[in-house]
Amino acid sequence: MNGPQDLGGQMGFGLIAQEIDEPLFHAAWEKRALGLTLCAGALGKWTIDESRHARESLHPADYYASSYYEIWTKALETLLLRHGFITAADLAAQRAVDPAPRVVRILTADNVAATLARGGPCDRPMAASPRFAAGDRVRTRRTHPTGHTRLPRYARDCVGTIEAVHGGFVFPDTNAHGAGEAQEHVYTVVFTGKQVWGEAADPGLTVSIDAWESYLVPA
Amino acid sequence: MTARVRALETILVGKGLVDPAAIDAIVETYETKIGPRNGAHVVAKAWSDPGFAAWLKTDATAAIASLGYAGRQGEHMRAVFNTEGVHNLVVCTLCSCYPWSVLGLPPVWYKSPPYRSRAVIDPRSVLAEFGLGLPAEISIRVWDSTAELRYLVIPQRPSGTDDLDAEALAGLVTRDSMIGTGLARSPGKP
Repeated sequence: MNGPQDLGGQMGFGLIAQEIDEPLFHAAWEKRALGLTLCAGALGKWTIDESRHARESLHPADYYASSYYEIWTKALETLLLRHGFITAADLAAQRAVDPAPRVVRILTADNVAATLARGGPCDRPMAASPRFAAGDRVRTRRTHPTGHTRLPRYARDCVGTIEAVHGGFVFPDTNAHGAGEAQEHVYTVVFTGKQVWGEAADPGLTVSIDAWESYLVPA
Repeated sequence: MTARVRALETILVGKGLVDPAAIDAIVETYETKIGPRNGAHVVAKAWSDPGFAAWLKTDATAAIASLGYAGRQGEHMRAVFNTEGVHNLVVCTLCSCYPWSVLGLPPVWYKSPPYRSRAVIDPRSVLAEFGLGLPAEISIRVWDSTAELRYLVIPQRPSGTDDLDAEALAGLVTRDSMIGTGLARSPGKP
């Protein structure tokens, strides 16, 4: 979706606010927000793609006014409500008033190390051969999907070159919506600054994205 | 947000869906075990072991896993090497993808709109803001982490480091140098 998350090339956000000796967390609640997000994800009812889509679906004014852990927390509430783990009555009461759904497993402290070490690999075997090879010229699609996508606006309808072929990966555009993993080949596509930004681009700039095969057509 | 997050934790713990000790364990992991020292170890090994550097170039996930760093947000790694003529910079314009297994949790600026918006269109001014003024003849390659590949920049080894051991080399590798918003430090410099 053409949402607030799609920031490449946007203007007006000002200087980058670096912090000297930045702490890992800026408030105690951020630690809990991180942990809750990972623990709730481990319930296994949604994917990382659905999580990302919940975050980018915040109203743009809310998204830009929120810190990243605020965005995570607001999206987590949405996901928990959507999947029936919490209710509006629970949130209003600030405690569990409605019964919990049955769950097969929860993430316990003794399983944290193994769970983080395992991660969530998104590569998948592919029966089909890749359509493109390194060196091929491709054009990214001109498209404006209303759902989740990982093709940023600044890199749509641009001619670039396949630099690397990475094999099959879960397709976020379907997976975010519960429509299946629908794996596709993923490619690193490199563009010159001019191919993406036009004549005024820094002549010494190249930019790459990692693109699923259906984002690309031969050029 | 303190009250909002506390309420959510109270609800989820009350329903038996979250173990609060698991939250503590996750936080402790990123406070003490998984951070940019992991990545610095990888870089120092790449500097001092050509065989390892070659492995990083062809299969970064396996090479990095051989040092014990793997898992969440590091499942599919690529290492990109700075050279005399090319400087690499990593961003995620669409969210905040970051190689957690080697760099830990990202800094706030990496997740914020100014960096995410500007890194792909005007990286030279972004780097200047980080105190890194690159001459025009050095080209800049920006890697937008739009899929599940996670990028680790291998900065160039500073001169005057031939006599340093791996631990001393790792001490020169800053977090920012592995994102691309900095260079490795020279010995004796802050």
